[in-house]
Amino acid sequence: MAETPLSRAEPPPASTIGAFGWLHRNLFSSPFNIALTVLASYLLYLTIPPLLHWALLDATWSGDSREACQANGGACWVFIRVNFEQFMYGFYPEAQRWRVNTALLLLILGAAPLFVRAMPNKLKVRWGLGLLLIYPLVAFVLFKGGLFGLRIVDTSRWGGLLLTLIIAGVGMTAALPLGVLLALGRRSQMPAIQALCTIFIELWRGVPLITVLFMSSVMLPLFLPAGVNFDKLLRALIGVTLFQSAYMAEVVRGGLQAIPKGQFEAAAALGLGYWKTMALIVLPQALKLVIPGIVNTFIALFKDTSLVLIIGLFDLMNIVHNATTNPAWLGFSTEGYAFAAAVYWLFCFSMSRYSQNLEKRLYTGHKR
Amino acid sequence: MNEPSSVPLSEQEMIRMEKVHKWYGTFHVLKDINLTVRKGERIVVCGPSGSGKSTAIRCINRLEEFQRGRIVVDGQELSSDVKQVEQIRREVGMVFQHFNLFPHLTVLENCTLAPTWVRKLPRRQAEDIAMRYLERVKIPEQAGKYPGQLSGGQQQRVAIARSLCMNPKIMLFDEPTSALDPEMIKEVLETMVTLAEDGMTMICVTHEMGFAKTVAHRVIFMDGGEIIEENEPEEFFTHPQSDRTKLFLSQILHN
Repeated sequence: MAETPLSRAEPPPASTIGAFGWLHRNLFSSPFNIALTVLASYLLYLTIPPLLHWALLDATWSGDSREACQANGGACWVFIRVNFEQFMYGFYPEAQRWRVNTALLLLILGAAPLFVRAMPNKLKVRWGLGLLLIYPLVAFVLFKGGLFGLRIVDTSRWGGLLLTLIIAGVGMTAALPLGVLLALGRRSQMPAIQALCTIFIELWRGVPLITVLFMSSVMLPLFLPAGVNFDKLLRALIGVTLFQSAYMAEVVRGGLQAIPKGQFEAAAALGLGYWKTMALIVLPQALKLVIPGIVNTFIALFKDTSLVLIIGLFDLMNIVHNATTNPAWLGFSTEGYAFAAAVYWLFCFSMSRYSQNLEKRLYTGHKR
Repeated sequence: MNEPSSVPLSEQEMIRMEKVHKWYGTFHVLKDINLTVRKGERIVVCGPSGSGKSTAIRCINRLEEFQRGRIVVDGQELSSDVKQVEQIRREVGMVFQHFNLFPHLTVLENCTLAPTWVRKLPRRQAEDIAMRYLERVKIPEQAGKYPGQLSGGQQQRVAIARSLCMNPKIMLFDEPTSALDPEMIKEVLETMVTLAEDGMTMICVTHEMGFAKTVAHRVIFMDGGEIIEENEPEEFFTHPQSDRTKLFLSQILHN
């Protein structure tokens, strides 16, 4: 046999690299795929141009009444612009909206250090926990008022995106720790605790959220003595939190079950007790494993907040719906719902991206 | 029934197992185990798989419960009192077959975790101690890495260092080289030999008969949940008494 140098590297065939290679591999690799590509292109051709025309090219952006939209055939974004403040704040008094803005600014300032890469993780955890304890109080005082000369704004006037974020924020921050405790409880060696947690989880998971909300606003008052009534928003918050914590518990339990027995034994052999083992060894690994599941639950929770409309709270969804029924703006529900959808999508997509980023950063290259 | 009590022991005794029995359900895994280990003594436990040797040493730090008999560790009798068990576990280091390092923590953090959270040492001091032991197992340069980035032999040496950081009085080794590739066994055994030379009280479940010959004061042979034979290594290997021991030795030495 003729001698050939072993190490001579040849370029790969032209059809496998570059743009052409990509097209070949992904779109035209077989007759069936060619057919699919053609069909998909045709469908896109049918849908995209009209959508672009409606949403951008023929849309009306300026003006302040529905008359401005009559000339063009496209979307009437004026409807969104005029109602924008209401979509954001609901019926929160205009003169007091600076309080909401201040709370938002505080949140951004407070959370900013958590996104600084250079900050050590330990400090981040402490800062984050501190923020979790202090911020809700500050925000509550700002929203509700009644202290420091702030006018009282009743919770029934909170609305729009503000209310959506409050419900989602409270739901997430309360459901996660509660879910962790429930998951630990369900795996507990103590039969009473295990039974209680299992019953709780199965009970809440077995009913639709809409039922929970109905019961909290319609049935609960029937059982309370006359005159005793607590805040509708508070009831919704409790309902959403307990409901989601049951889901969260099962997600976390999945992570706990993936932790090898050896980890518990190693921790025990070093003299670590139950809570330290859980907090330092098991949960950091388990929660990291189930980040996708946790974020999945968070995203579901975020969107489920729109169900509070059935108990008469004006979250983003309900306030948009409300605006579309305004006689001055009849006929623009498409724009309204498209806007609401875009806002929901923006938040959910951000959460999804953040979780992927988090997974990457927490990866420590361990094999199981 | 088993209330914690300090039993007077001769100063030399570190572990005493008296008539220990254990059942898994109805299966009798440990039958009447009696063992006394003095301070600085090094014991190798061997026997076929399923003989109860791992279970026996795991009873000493109560990773396994036992149903009858008593175990006294460093003057304290093991009970079901959680606090007391944790107390004893601090003094008893354990090295596992599969290392069981904490994969989400760096090598250094693996070593400082228990000293800072259990012994309440300041972080600085814990890190100094950890580095000292990592140097002793000859991998200080890996301190910042995660366990997943190390070879099996390196991981097992980290596991040994992690145990030593708690400054234990007794070290238990549960088949520390069984999960290792052959070329890595030596580095782990060498680490264990240095530990032995420093006078650590050790109980080691292993099939490394070379290690047993050079390091052990006593070799214990277990089969079917019982201690069949117990002797000095020289005698044990040259004049095994029971047939089961002879059979086991012929199998293990001719492989």
